[in-house]
Formats: sequence, C-alpha cells, structure tokens
Amino acid sequence: MSITYLEAIRLAQKRALAEDPRVFIYGQDVGAFGGAFKATKNLAQEFPGRVIDAPISEDAMVGAAIGAAIEGMRPIIEMQFADFSTVGFNQIINQAAALHWRTQVPCPITIRLPSGGTSGGGPFHSQSMEAIYAHYPGLIVMTPATVEDAYSMLLEAVAIDDPVIFCEHKYLYYHLKADQLPTEAMPTGKARIARSGRDLTIVAYSAMVHEALAVAEELATEGTEVEVVDLRSIKPLDTDTVMASVARTGRLLCVGEAFPWGGVTAEVIARVASEGFGLLDAPPQRLNAKDTPVPYHPNLWAVHRPTARSIVVAARKLLRQ
Amino acid sequence: MIQMVASRPATGEVSSCRDAYLSAYRWMLLGRILDEKFASLYRAGKIHGGVFIGRGQEALSVAIGQSLRKGDIFAPLIRDQAGRLAFGESVLEAARTYLGSVLGPMRGRDGNVHRGRPKEGYLPMISHLGAMIPVVNGMLLARRFKGIAGTVGATCLGEGGTSTGAFHEALNQAAVEKLPLVLIIANNQFAYSTPSSRQFACRSLVDRAAGYGVEGHSLDGTDLTACLKVVGEAVANARDGRGPQLVVARLLRLCGHGEHDDAGYVDTKLKQSPVGRDCLKVAGEYLVRQNWAERETLVAWRNEATQKVEEAIAKAQREPAPDPYTENWCALASKHLSEVYE
Repeated sequence: MSITYLEAIRLAQKRALAEDPRVFIYGQDVGAFGGAFKATKNLAQEFPGRVIDAPISEDAMVGAAIGAAIEGMRPIIEMQFADFSTVGFNQIINQAAALHWRTQVPCPITIRLPSGGTSGGGPFHSQSMEAIYAHYPGLIVMTPATVEDAYSMLLEAVAIDDPVIFCEHKYLYYHLKADQLPTEAMPTGKARIARSGRDLTIVAYSAMVHEALAVAEELATEGTEVEVVDLRSIKPLDTDTVMASVARTGRLLCVGEAFPWGGVTAEVIARVASEGFGLLDAPPQRLNAKDTPVPYHPNLWAVHRPTARSIVVAARKLLRQ
Repeated sequence: MIQMVASRPATGEVSSCRDAYLSAYRWMLLGRILDEKFASLYRAGKIHGGVFIGRGQEALSVAIGQSLRKGDIFAPLIRDQAGRLAFGESVLEAARTYLGSVLGPMRGRDGNVHRGRPKEGYLPMISHLGAMIPVVNGMLLARRFKGIAGTVGATCLGEGGTSTGAFHEALNQAAVEKLPLVLIIANNQFAYSTPSSRQFACRSLVDRAAGYGVEGHSLDGTDLTACLKVVGEAVANARDGRGPQLVVARLLRLCGHGEHDDAGYVDTKLKQSPVGRDCLKVAGEYLVRQNWAERETLVAWRNEATQKVEEAIAKAQREPAPDPYTENWCALASKHLSEVYE
C-alpha cells in the first residue's frame, strides 16, 4: 500500500468527520466533485450534509466558520489555493485570530491552504502565505513536509482550540508517498531532525525539506554531513531544536520558498543570532524565492524558488567560511 | 362604518401594540441618555478612544433588539445602543466597556462599541463593515447542524457598509443556504462624511433584495410604529423559514460619525426634511397623542433613565482598570502552544 501526501490529507479529514460530529468541511467544489485537488473525494457521499460546497466567497467562508466555531463546531475550510485566502484575510486575522483574546471564546477552525509552487502555476496559484499568517497573534501555522505529518498534523489542527492555518504543499501532493499512515505523532510545535549531521544545519519546512535532504545527500558524497531540521510548524517555532542543532554544527542556512522580505527564514536567523550568537562559526545565511511574483514558465520558476541546485551553492559557500 | 370597525385592531392587539411601543420608547430613551452620557464623558476627556452614538437611529435599533428573543443572535453595529439594551445588555456592561473596567465583558482588551458575549448570541463587532454578517450565518448554520430550529440571527449595517465585498458575499451566502438572517440597513445618508450618492447608484438599496433572491422591506426609520411593525415582520418571516430578510430604513444620523466629528457637512435642508426627524421626539409625541402616556410621565421616565445611567457610570468609574503586569499576554486558547517573546 502506498499513500500520497494528498491521500493522507483526505484520510485525515475522513477520520475527523467520522470521529467528531462537530467537524464539517466547507469550501469551493469540495462536495460531490471532491475538491479541485480531490482532497475531499467521496467525503460528501460518505458524510451527507457535512461536506458543503461554498460560493466563491472566501471572506464569507471564513466568517461562517468562525460563527460555527462559536457555536461549538469544528469547521475545516478548504481554500482552493492558498493565494485566494487573501480574500478571506480580514476574517482570518481580525476576527478568528483576535476572537479568543477579545472574548475568551475559542475559535477552533482549520483553514487548509494548498500552498507553494508547481510547474506552470504562475503568480496566483503558487504562493506561500505562511509568514503572513504567522505574523498575527492568535494563529497556529502548520507546514507539514511528510505524508505522516500531513495526516497527523491535520488531525491535530482540528483538535486544537485555536484557528490553524494548515499549509499543505501542492508539489508534495503526488510526489510524496508513504507505506502507511502514522500511528503516533510528534507534538505540535516540535521540530524534527530529518537528517543528522555535524557540519552544517539547514533549517527548512514544507517542500524545501526535500530539497535540503537532496543537498545533504549530495554533500555526503563529499564527506560533509548536513543536518536538516524540518520545522513542521512555523508557529509555534521550535527554537530549541534549531539552537541545539546549531550548537552541534556551528553553521546555519535557512531555506524557505516564500518571498525574501521578512518571513520564516529571517525569524529563525534573528532568534539564533540573538540567543545563540556564540554558537555560530560563520554568519548565518538564508535562501528564499526571488523578490518577484512567482513566474509561470518552468524555466523561470525553477530558478525563482530555492532548489537543491541553488541550496547546494549556498551551503558550499557557507561551509568555506 | 363597518369597514372602519373591521380595520380597527382588537382590544388585545391594541394593548400589546401599546405595550411594545411603550417598552421600545423606554429603551430608546435609556439608549439616548446613555449615549449622551458617553459623549459628555468623551468631551471631558474621561474616555480612551472614540465614542460612537446612535442619535436618530434608536427607533430602528430598538425594533431589532425588541423583536429578537432569548436564544436568537444579534450582531449590532456602532449605533445600536438602544437595540443592545432591548436585547439584554445592561447599562453597566456598556459603561464598563467604555470606561475600560476590567470587570466588563472585554476586560479592557477591547473597548467602546466592540463588546458582546458570543456564547450568549451577542456578538462583539470588529471594525470592518460587513464582517459580522457571515459570522451570524455560521452560527445559524451550526444550529442547523445541531438540529436547533426557530432561532433567528440579526445584524446591522449602514448604507456605507453595503458597498463592501463582505456584505455581498455574506448576503449571497445566507440566500444560498436560506438562513434565518435579518440584515438591517440604516441608510442614515452619510458614511462618515460620504453622502449616499457617492455610495450607491441604485434607486433604493432595498431593490437589491431581488438580486440576492431574498425578501426586502423598506421603511421610515424615524417612525417607531413602522420600525416595530416592519422589523417585527422580517424577524417573524425569518423565523418561519422564509430565508434571509433585507430591511432598509431611511433616516438621518443626528450626530457626527463619532463624537470627534461635528458633522458640518450635513446640509441644513436635509436636517429639516422628514428624514431628519428625531425618532425619539416623534415617538414621545405619538405616545402623548395616543393618550398612552402623559408628558409628565415622559419626564419621569427620562429622570429615571438618567438616574440609572449615572449609577452605572459611577460604579464603572470606581472599578479597577486592567493591570498590564498581571495581564495574561497570550492570544491563544491553547496556552501550551504560545511562544514567549520576553
């Protein structure tokens, strides 16, 4: 049996619907059609009335989820693409994120964002929005990089009493496979050492974990041992695991698929620089997408975002310092 | 002659109609006096942030609060003091929020008109117009999931708020789901300083109801009788499963956008036109004309309301303010997932 990252997301939702009557799914085309990516395939048939097609109204979708959560439900909202969540941005950051602080009433909603680039996606179907949401108090932001995490973290997202932005990477939907679903999971907020090493720490999340692992593989043939830290969730961000890794290697490279200004890589470096400056043997480095909208053509897209090719160049440079 | 008798309401109806009117008038009066007190505290520099009052909109607002029942949902906007009181908010709760008492429902974390008790169906508005509508929709959807029937959700907006995407998305959503939503639009002629002519180009906002496939109602918002009748019918329709109801009232905001605004841009002719009538004054005169109350009684009610407001303000003013050193600076309900930045 082989389970894709996408199927894991579907199965997690199926399990959530089966186990918790408070759960329902609301989004565009999620009903009988099964979703633009088929992440809700057959769920409307299996759970009648609980997987509901929404009009093309991201603001109203999120707003309704908030209202339902106030009444004790556990809605899962599917944004067709992460990029479209900007239309629901107001509800997410001003209403959902602020509700518990303002009123002490929790807002347990899960918003699934099919994120990141795929070949041919172009400027409006490729964005990585995680840093924008992580900026706001009151939100949890998950960025699973493995099939196992896609499954267990989505279940955890539904169980958490706060709004969770679940950034699932579209590039991993079909590429990533596992033999079976996990039976246990790491707690939310804990990073994972995806590969151990002693010469350089690469901190990554989501699809970039796999680019980093490819770099580790390549450099291993030259006798360099790269440690890859998979953040899993970017908020909360597991600074301790990152710091412990940097303590072992003395060198830090942070890789993210999002745009370069601010963001997760900057946050990680800021934390390491302020709390663990003495651990560093070289200036910490970061690698992100280019500071332009995400391009359509595969030739441009391949260079726009970090890949093993560009990460290995940055890693070698850092190792020479 | 027979016709006149036939059209006259039965005695029981008259008394219930009169009782509703009297009760509504007293909530309006209390709302007006409370608003005036907040305005005066603002001018004295006793209030942090802005003060937003509902002068001129009390008849419409109270009709909503009074038409709803316990268990219904109400998401008021900035000019709904009268409706809030009629829905069940206490004067003290309003005073505590405006004065930043830590004992208020928002505990100093949010202030002025941003107050409510979501678990009791009373929603605290955010500032973004139209944003509360889908939240009411979601609560109504949840009740449908849970098999709770017969409750209604009402929310208010000005004509300016109808220009937002949120308004469109949410009214359409309610229509698609056929939710028992009552959406009340106070066309008070100005969105801050922008006149209605710069806000929409249709003949009347109520014409939009057909476009959404919902029932529309329009009324004179300066007339309490019309407000109670039309809003009451809209709420009853929603409760009867007839889907969303769009209610559009014509009136004039008899104050600035907030107390910082002298509203010098409002034309005197408009103030003197029928739309510029003061609904509270109109209602008081109607009470006297109908022999439902003496002028002296109105004065006594005013004094009583003033006393109530003064007591609540005095109490809230003596209460502790939030303490930043003991405040729990954690936005999450899941405390174990919060990060510490100190």
